[in-house]
Amino acid sequence: MTNPETPSSTNEFMKGLWRENPVFVQVLGMCPVLAVSNTAMNALAMGLATAFVLLMSNLLVSLLRDFIPRQVRIASYILIIATFVTLTDYAIEAISLDLHKALGAFISLIVANCLILGRAEAFASKNGVGNAALDALGMGAGFTLALFCLGAVRELLGAGSLFGFAVLPGGFEPWIVMILPSGGFFTLAFWLIAIRIFERRRERRQTAEALQ
Amino acid sequence: MTASIDAWPMYRALVGIGVGCGLLIALVYVGTLPHIERQRAAALEQAVFAVLPGSASRRTFVFDAAGTLVADTGSDGSRVHAGYDAAGRLLGVAIEAEGMGYADTIEILYGYVPADERIVGLRVLASKETPGLGDKIETDERYRANFEALDVRLDAAGEALVNPIAVVKPGTKSNAWEIDGITGATISAQAVGNTVAASAARWLPAVRRNREALAAGGQHDES
Repeated sequence: MTNPETPSSTNEFMKGLWRENPVFVQVLGMCPVLAVSNTAMNALAMGLATAFVLLMSNLLVSLLRDFIPRQVRIASYILIIATFVTLTDYAIEAISLDLHKALGAFISLIVANCLILGRAEAFASKNGVGNAALDALGMGAGFTLALFCLGAVRELLGAGSLFGFAVLPGGFEPWIVMILPSGGFFTLAFWLIAIRIFERRRERRQTAEALQ
Repeated sequence: MTASIDAWPMYRALVGIGVGCGLLIALVYVGTLPHIERQRAAALEQAVFAVLPGSASRRTFVFDAAGTLVADTGSDGSRVHAGYDAAGRLLGVAIEAEGMGYADTIEILYGYVPADERIVGLRVLASKETPGLGDKIETDERYRANFEALDVRLDAAGEALVNPIAVVKPGTKSNAWEIDGITGATISAQAVGNTVAASAARWLPAVRRNREALAAGGQHDES
């Protein structure tokens, strides 16, 4: 395959983290992003669980890409993804019942996260195992980072704590709305605006430099 | 369209992946099951000890729908956990109950001490009540104190409560069998109170009838 820009391995990884961040740029997988980002811990656990499923399914899809006929590829991908979601579900329950209870149905719903099927279809099925792994690691890290950004802000403002430790002074009255579902939308909007402003400034600076 | 598509690769791919994935799931299931069960048992034990202060061991009993003690603990029915002190004497029983809250079913566990005829502790096992409002049933100290010495005396026949448990307006509790509600969590506080009231009216007579059998459980401890 000849791409206009030859993909280097750092590029494969970094694109998911920032330039094509699944949450902040592609706005994919909004259901878990909004639902389980009410605390930093839940957000981090959900991000890591999704990243694990993404990595394993990308690896397997890439390995089996010559074995899976085109006509049944989506069914095969879903089968693979569902398997790793089930394994993650068992693993989380074995590690911590409380975490399993907090994440609830959203662990099983990782299977419906369009980010994972999207990467399998758009990238892993057309690339070698090494690049597929880097792509998954980058996208997984980007997803985890974004979830953590939401979770940290929501927990900080909604409960005055971070990872369960009180960090704001005792006189702080928690904004309960931030841990309610609507807080997820507010926080996501805030991050999207902040990132757009940052990106636009950078673009302007780059064009200015190019003109000189 | 010609029907010349070779079906074999498709079967091979789908069946192959299906069998492989199935095996993997079965393997991990068997591998994690002991851990999950140990976690669940530990969580239950912690909850039982929390609602029955001073207990050192526990044993689970099962009642059928008619309130008769069933010998087999693996069978279906309502579960009651007897808590014993270090000497193996029956301290009380922890009873599981559930009722409809504001958002979803609330599952609770409460500790009953037959000797004092009091409920001495309550713990919310699972609830989806609104954070900051309904979840005060778990965090509000004043509300939790309602269940530290709740009067649940049975009548002479041992069939009904002398004073049915009642949830009253916040700050108006005047009798030991009343529960002070919570401002801002009216429905959730009412729901927990009603759940305890319904469960107590049904199960406390059954516990009294089977007191000997429950007490005997501590003598030959399962260890």
